[in-house]
Amino acid sequence: MSSRAHMPKKDPQKRTNTPTQPPPQRSRAALGLTAAAAEGRFMLQVCPECRAVQYPPRDACVDCLDTALQWQDITPTGQLLADTTVRTSTNLYFRERGDWRVGTVELDAGPKIVCHLAQDCSAPERVTLLARLDRSGQGVLVAQPENSKTRLADDPQLKALTSDPRHARVLVTDLRNANTPALVEHLLAAGAETVFVGESEAWRKDPQRDALAAIPGVEIMPLDVTDTNSVRQLAAEIGGKIEILINNGRFLRPARLPSGGDTVFAAQEMDVNYLGLLRLAQGFGPALASRTADGQRQALAWVNILSIFALNPVPGFDTFAASQAAARSLSLSMRATYQSSGLRVMNVYVGATEDVWHQPVHPPKQSPRALARDLVAGLQDGLEDVVSGDTARDLMERFREHPGVFEREVTFGEWGV
Amino acid sequence: MSHSLLTDVTQALTTGVLRLVDLTHTLDPDFPVIILPPEFGQCARFRMEEVSAYDNRGPAWKWHNLTLNEHTGTHFDAPAHWISGRDVPNGTVDAIPVDAFVGPVVVINCSAGAATNDDFELTPDIIFDHETAHGTIPEDSWVLMRTDWSKRRGADYLNMQADGPHSPGPTPDAVRLLVEERNIRGFGTETVGTDAGQGSHYTPPYPAHFILHGAGKFGLQCLCNLDQLPPTGAVLIAAPLKIKGGTGSPLRVMALVPG
Repeated sequence: MSSRAHMPKKDPQKRTNTPTQPPPQRSRAALGLTAAAAEGRFMLQVCPECRAVQYPPRDACVDCLDTALQWQDITPTGQLLADTTVRTSTNLYFRERGDWRVGTVELDAGPKIVCHLAQDCSAPERVTLLARLDRSGQGVLVAQPENSKTRLADDPQLKALTSDPRHARVLVTDLRNANTPALVEHLLAAGAETVFVGESEAWRKDPQRDALAAIPGVEIMPLDVTDTNSVRQLAAEIGGKIEILINNGRFLRPARLPSGGDTVFAAQEMDVNYLGLLRLAQGFGPALASRTADGQRQALAWVNILSIFALNPVPGFDTFAASQAAARSLSLSMRATYQSSGLRVMNVYVGATEDVWHQPVHPPKQSPRALARDLVAGLQDGLEDVVSGDTARDLMERFREHPGVFEREVTFGEWGV
Repeated sequence: MSHSLLTDVTQALTTGVLRLVDLTHTLDPDFPVIILPPEFGQCARFRMEEVSAYDNRGPAWKWHNLTLNEHTGTHFDAPAHWISGRDVPNGTVDAIPVDAFVGPVVVINCSAGAATNDDFELTPDIIFDHETAHGTIPEDSWVLMRTDWSKRRGADYLNMQADGPHSPGPTPDAVRLLVEERNIRGFGTETVGTDAGQGSHYTPPYPAHFILHGAGKFGLQCLCNLDQLPPTGAVLIAAPLKIKGGTGSPLRVMALVPG
């Protein structure tokens, strides 16, 4: 047992609560707000004709009935006009949580919005709105006093909007990844209680092992994501004792399609990057999804670190990109599967990283520390999609702008090793 | 005559006059395999995926899919495994005549040296000393290098360091002596390969692989229980799977020894 501060232990004679959810999807139009909140962006629809900012999300402009409304980032400031406390509710989720603070905010951009209120908010005052995901995976808006330093994770009502690793027990699946020391360091700095680190093939000692094992709060556990039995065994052992799982396993061998006459490396890429995730999901998914209302130790999030090449292959990484596309697809299925449990699936997209397999790639490359920083910040903000680093952000934006152009631009050449 | 001989053998096994020693490690996902520089293709680890276990996937039966390399676990190396042996006739496991799979075995005890030196070398002098004590190595016999390395566990087995693995093995001259002058059938070790951990630094690199297989001889590695074998007089049973074009095979290796 480490000497680090622990959460109070749970009474083993009490039944673990079954998770309940806040209300599900409002409308198709509202999904735009949810998709933005998944990235921590505050976006509303704007009418291209009369420039009116819309709320709630709708299919036609509230002023001129134009139907070509466009989602745009909106300055999230406004005036809190009124606040109130809801004492009871017919909705099970809110009923279990007692008094709930809500208020009306007039955005500087125009619309008036009914939203959740941070505890330190009271009308009248200037507020900033945050778009976040609730445990139904729906985008919701929260008002905080302007320039507030209070973290949502410290707000008992709004903590559920985050996946804050403070006091959490986290599993980082691959000790051998170059980013593992940085991940461990950032998780512990963010207050994680224990970081379990999965070690494959202990008969082949990794140079990072001793330093990691010496860190208080780190526990090294046997885990090989290419071995179903190994995953099953560790899931049985600690599946019920982790709140966050970070899958950082990765196998990568640069390859151009015409080269080579075998599928050995491609199969290993699939085995680690795709099937490894599938094995982890089969092993750890049920335990995590069943513990999203487990007293003070609620299962929070599942994190997959994916290459941005999952969106579109890049020359020189042909087979790796295919395995990442498969992993991304599975990750999206996991998100849908676990949505009803409240377990958040967060994808962290990253471009070329500072490691041996990207050595011939020109900078900028994302350092392990920058990746770890963005990942932990994403947990603290309760995000579902994090794009880490300038390269990945640039690629993601170009992809969204025009997938067909992006494919021809990127896959046909510009990148290559 | 031969009929009564076989009857005698089976009776001797039943009565304990003869005994079988298992020289095989269990196929286990955690058993080390050879590690090459990462840009080279790697030896697949042993994996066992449950297909059904008396459940909805197959109500009355349990079975597994296996994945592994020809050279995973206790295994046999055929001549075709090495470039020097690629043109050897019948050099793949499916083509080797079955009478090669049972034969006499000589065990050279290097355990004292290997206990104090991870890079212990089997040299011609050690072979000559062995022969002085136990007689000349008979033609067409297996020669096993006993190091007790099989008793090592975890990272100590490959003993991988920043300059590569360190484990005992034969010098090029020792292999030449065994192959060219004694005309052995094959050479076996307790380590992950027939060559020393640092065997890539000899000339030729990996001399056991290069010389043995070039001459059509066989290899056995990842053996255990060699400490239960006599220096001479035992019979080795080592039959690889009949894999079409196979360069090697995991197998059950046994020795018939006096009880």
